[in-house]
Amino acid sequence: MNPTTTVSMTVNGTEATVHVEPRHTLADVLRHDLGLTGTHVGCEHGICGACTVLVDGSAVRSCLMFAVQAEGRSVETVESLGTPDDLSPLQEACRTEHALQCGFCTPGFLMMLTAFLAERDAPTDEEIREVVASNLCRCTGYQGLLRAVRRVADERGAAGRRQPAQA
Amino acid sequence: MTEVGRRAPRLEDPRLLTGRGLFVDDVDRPGQLHLRVVRATSAHARIARVDVADAAALPGVTAVFTAADLEPVPTIPVRISPQRERLVPYLQPVLAAEVVRYVGEPVAVVVADDPYVAEDGAELVVVDYDELPAVMDVRQADDGGIALFPERPNEVTQLVARWGDADAAFAAAACVVETEVTVARQTAVPIETRGLVAEWTGPAALEIWGATKVPHFNRAVLATMLGVEPEDIRMHRSDAGGGFGVRGELYPEDVLVPMLARRLGRPVKWVEDRAEHLVAANHSRAQQHAVRGAFDAEGRLLALTDEVWHDNGAYIRTHGLTVPELTASMLPGPYRIGAFSAVVHVVVTNKTPCGTYRAPGRYEGTFARERLLDAAADTLGIDPLELRRRNLLRPDELPHERGLEALGTTVVLDEADYPGLLDAALEASGYRTWQAEADRAVAGGRLVGAGVAVFLEKSGLGPYERAAVSLSRTGRVEVATGGTSLGQGIETVMGQIAADALGVALDDVDVVAGDTGVLSDGLGSWASRSSVVGGSAVHLAAGDVAQAVRRAAGELLEAAPGDIVLAGGRAAVVGSPAHSRSLAEVAAAVAAPPPGTALGDVDLSSNRRFDIAHMTYPYGVHLALVEVDAETGLVTVLRYFVAYEVGRAINPTNVEGQIVGGAVQGIGGALLEELAYSDEGQPLSASLMDYQLPFASEAPEVGTLVSERVPATSNPLGARGAGEGGLTACAAAVASAVGAAIGSPGLPCVVPLSPERVLALLRARTSAE
Repeated sequence: MNPTTTVSMTVNGTEATVHVEPRHTLADVLRHDLGLTGTHVGCEHGICGACTVLVDGSAVRSCLMFAVQAEGRSVETVESLGTPDDLSPLQEACRTEHALQCGFCTPGFLMMLTAFLAERDAPTDEEIREVVASNLCRCTGYQGLLRAVRRVADERGAAGRRQPAQA
Repeated sequence: MTEVGRRAPRLEDPRLLTGRGLFVDDVDRPGQLHLRVVRATSAHARIARVDVADAAALPGVTAVFTAADLEPVPTIPVRISPQRERLVPYLQPVLAAEVVRYVGEPVAVVVADDPYVAEDGAELVVVDYDELPAVMDVRQADDGGIALFPERPNEVTQLVARWGDADAAFAAAACVVETEVTVARQTAVPIETRGLVAEWTGPAALEIWGATKVPHFNRAVLATMLGVEPEDIRMHRSDAGGGFGVRGELYPEDVLVPMLARRLGRPVKWVEDRAEHLVAANHSRAQQHAVRGAFDAEGRLLALTDEVWHDNGAYIRTHGLTVPELTASMLPGPYRIGAFSAVVHVVVTNKTPCGTYRAPGRYEGTFARERLLDAAADTLGIDPLELRRRNLLRPDELPHERGLEALGTTVVLDEADYPGLLDAALEASGYRTWQAEADRAVAGGRLVGAGVAVFLEKSGLGPYERAAVSLSRTGRVEVATGGTSLGQGIETVMGQIAADALGVALDDVDVVAGDTGVLSDGLGSWASRSSVVGGSAVHLAAGDVAQAVRRAAGELLEAAPGDIVLAGGRAAVVGSPAHSRSLAEVAAAVAAPPPGTALGDVDLSSNRRFDIAHMTYPYGVHLALVEVDAETGLVTVLRYFVAYEVGRAINPTNVEGQIVGGAVQGIGGALLEELAYSDEGQPLSASLMDYQLPFASEAPEVGTLVSERVPATSNPLGARGAGEGGLTACAAAVASAVGAAIGSPGLPCVVPLSPERVLALLRARTSAE
């Protein structure tokens, strides 16, 4: 068989060591070596963004990254956001605003938007549309997703105003 | 409040939001092998030689198969079509044997223990082609003496639909308007590509994952091909990343995977990549229309004729002549037309084969018809809205038999209020302010225009659908539907219907869709049929279970079944709410009847079939406001609105989602999407960089009016299917608005209205002045 190499990284807060070929993409390794099938592959050429994960806090197309490039880095996937009984605020907002239909693009959007909301405190509608325009959805027409992000940003802003001393 | 009509949060969302969906590539079977297809690189060629030696010798490759290894080579059968016998010579073999007829056609398959190695192996297969000229032009397909199929014309057949004497009407008409329109070749592009996993667990026991849309039909076809009984094959439920008509039909790979799994004695898994998908999954839409209307001086449509050239691609696949048939039979739309004639030339070309894509035949036909009406309004000097009002069938003229056939039934337009919905759409959207906005912009030197398109849709296709409902020992309601999950929320909609029948909350219902092991019979999810036909079947079966629950509860509570009320998860004596049992208690009592109660023959389950002879016809209006950049030709959709009569919105949020998603998809078709080919038949749009899809930056905010003013009388829910109408009139409405913006209403006639095309229109408009 083809030679493999060892890659150690932190995935969703846990140390993970895999033995992979250098050409294996991060998306494939997350899905098939680590069993984290929430990250989806839609195009393998970086356009659709369904494969978006966070690497050291930044949104990355995991279909365009080799797993070996994640050596020593911290990877976060959709599995880290919440569970069916304990959805994150963004996941909850997506449910409320009907931001998903088939759900295939959803994990990629969630990861990208989680990173966006972590670094952008009070986004304008234009900024939200611009970041949502990074990834492709074929089912929803984006309207519910835009509303969901708006809702999370507004609720967070309101919560912040209620508790100004919060870190 | 009842569940039906509630904006219920979806049952599907918790798993999909948390990455716990079960899509086909999420399925792994112990010991599985991976299959990779070797695809033709020539559009039309004789296969001189296929050399698999290097591929077969690659470590990790288990086997390589060509057509020679499959004798006889199965062909993909037609699922639904008129004129089936005529189509037989044009059907696709699952592997090309002597001739390849489109770039992307399967020529060989490599099976390996790793998908990367399978792809390595596929690259080592060498195919020698003797090139033949490629037939690319649908109008001249038989002029060059190149037959795709031995001794067969490339024009497979003509589909004809007509009533009345169109020639006489044209001869007598005050005004004749003609226009030629083209819809480019387009495809659905679900974000998930296709895949299948097959595992034989015994000589006559096959498990399949990744099937959707029409699993029972595909199961029956595979059973015949594989020499087993349908009951020997189980299509498991799975999540699907969008369907839109393209996913779930039987493709060559869907035959090869289970065939080779049996031959190799190992599970086989196949998932295509996007580049493959764009050349292998069904294309659609590619049509040219020469449409003519005969009008009287008041703009009444005396006759409508259309000659259509339908570019089918290289093979007739499962849809047969469905798209041409729908194009013809739905072309008249909701209008009063004295005489009608449609002739559709169905032509094979050396391109990817075509099938249905959301609103098939209607996206194209609505475009042709509504362009004609805009051109006629301009010629006659009549307001385009008024012209439509004069020609829309009135409520008192319905039901109306069109005398046309579609999908094995006849077209009978059911009760409706087409003019009323047009008025409601104009009101709800504020269209008059759009027009005022356009006027102000034009006065300021900008090219802004408002457009309209009226459409008729079809839904609720029979002949039937099946559902099974049962009450579990723990009081959960279990529903199985013969429809399938495509992402449309079918579990939630079926769940809401069952919940109401049994007086429980939606969260107390579990729904399984498209699992042939759970429900042995069904006709699937397509043609916007599941809410209407599938929902009605659930309604019947759940009603049976409710009746059984009342009977059992009556026994326990010593009351007549007719005095039992089901609400809040309990069965109570009417007027005496304390006198009640939970559904779980009722189910437990039926399972182990207390002494002295006659519950032994109570059955808390039901399997019912809902039959329906005719379709029901939703209808509506699309309105668009666009701006055209005179320098670049770029079209921006400033405002968009869809009004849609759906009879009964079982989940209004779901319906709005279907409309908005459809509208953005359809706007993509109107402005961006085109599958281009070189003259030699090489696909030029083979990646998502070249086949442009609407991102959020191209998506306008879509306003909606979901109308429930005219329930359908064909089904107990009053519902009309809502899956496609968001898409149907997009090309027409956008072109109408662009025409208004450039001051030449009849001019835009080709979609997508790319910047190049729009600049050409601007030049044509200027030179005509």
